[in-house]
Amino acid sequence: MGGSNRGLMILTIISALLMLAAAFGALAVAPSAVGLTPDETAAQRIIYFHVPVAWLSMLAFGVTAIGSVVYLITSKRLWDSLAVSSAELGIVFTLAAMASGSLWAKPAWNTWWTWDPRLTTYTIMFLLYVAYFMLRSAMDDPARRARFAAVYGIFAFLSVPITFMSIRWWRTIHPVLIDPKSGFGLSKNMMPVFFLSLIAFTLFYVVLLIYRVRLERSREQVDALKEQLGY
Amino acid sequence: MSFWRAVTAIVWKDIRAELRTKDIFSSMFVFAVLSVLIFSFAFELRVPSMTMVVPGILWVAITFAGTLGLNRAFVIEQDKGSLAGLLLAPVDRSAIYFGKMLGNLLFMLIVEIMLLPLVMIFYNLWLLTPANLLVLFLGTYGFAAVGTVFSAIAVNTRAREVLLPVLLFPVLLPVLIAGVKMTGGLLDGETLSSMGNWLQIIAVYDVGFTIVAYLTFGFVMEE
Repeated sequence: MGGSNRGLMILTIISALLMLAAAFGALAVAPSAVGLTPDETAAQRIIYFHVPVAWLSMLAFGVTAIGSVVYLITSKRLWDSLAVSSAELGIVFTLAAMASGSLWAKPAWNTWWTWDPRLTTYTIMFLLYVAYFMLRSAMDDPARRARFAAVYGIFAFLSVPITFMSIRWWRTIHPVLIDPKSGFGLSKNMMPVFFLSLIAFTLFYVVLLIYRVRLERSREQVDALKEQLGY
Repeated sequence: MSFWRAVTAIVWKDIRAELRTKDIFSSMFVFAVLSVLIFSFAFELRVPSMTMVVPGILWVAITFAGTLGLNRAFVIEQDKGSLAGLLLAPVDRSAIYFGKMLGNLLFMLIVEIMLLPLVMIFYNLWLLTPANLLVLFLGTYGFAAVGTVFSAIAVNTRAREVLLPVLLFPVLLPVLIAGVKMTGGLLDGETLSSMGNWLQIIAVYDVGFTIVAYLTFGFVMEE
């Protein structure tokens, strides 16, 4: 137990340092974009926060789906703890991505929000997360809750690509970062900071996930003890 | 008991129970008509032409009425304790799923067939083409396939039926979008083949989620 605690502490420190480096890089080191108004130039730096956070929200959703599937197969509660912890982080990252995106959109598109396919699908993904948590909070029996949430998690995850495809050919104005026609949309000297940011945030997510899963396990143990003692 | 005999038995049970009281059916139909009326009033004063919003109105009415039907189907099973009876019977869990799903599908289709003439009269449109009916069927099937699993889930929670729309609507969006697009396109004079991509999406949705439902329904039914 001590060994894994120390490992986690080291991982946390590394994550914190990387996040600081990424923040510094994004604000001070990365070159400014050219050909934009001053507002837009400053706002462009949001990309180093917004893209990693958006990517993580989708990764978190995927982890929830995997945890759900494995839970249904093995019935081991650890996987359910993983699913709900990842979903919680996912919802936080989704909100962060939407907020940061809006902050960027106002100087760039002169509107806080637009119903373009990617944003619309993203909102729906957020609603799926919310529904997941509403389902969980409406159930008391832990084993049943885990099973039902797992089933719903699988349906919800699988619906996202279909939802995205079904609204894809409405005119999109969301900048495409990786476009087969025009290559990577970010210029070469911005790449190092971008990838540093991506790695820093991913490690941040992993560290938070580990802490959250541990918290969830402790909570379950407490509940089991409470039941034993007849509360 | 063979799989399909079990499925037919369950569908027949639901039909017969419904024929006695006509509970679910009448509330679904009345609710659908009321939804159409309310949306008409809501949009009438602001849109240049009601034909533009008719597909949306139709599909929203179907969604609302369908949710009502899904809810009541499983709630009645639970209240009367017949769910326990179904689970004790020596049939595959997925037979219960298909039986319930087909029953829900049937009720929804009947409501829609009755709703269409009214919408046609209200808005002076002709909607009884084979293409339109196919679109309605595919969309309703997707609704029933996913809705049956979710209503089985929702009925077992503290919030009961109230949770079903929360769970169902986001997952159902592709069906809604494709349905509105295709119905609208057909009204505008396009052919079904020109909207092949939407058909593909609905087909993928229907087949894919039927498979997922088949695999996961057993877990929802466990005690």
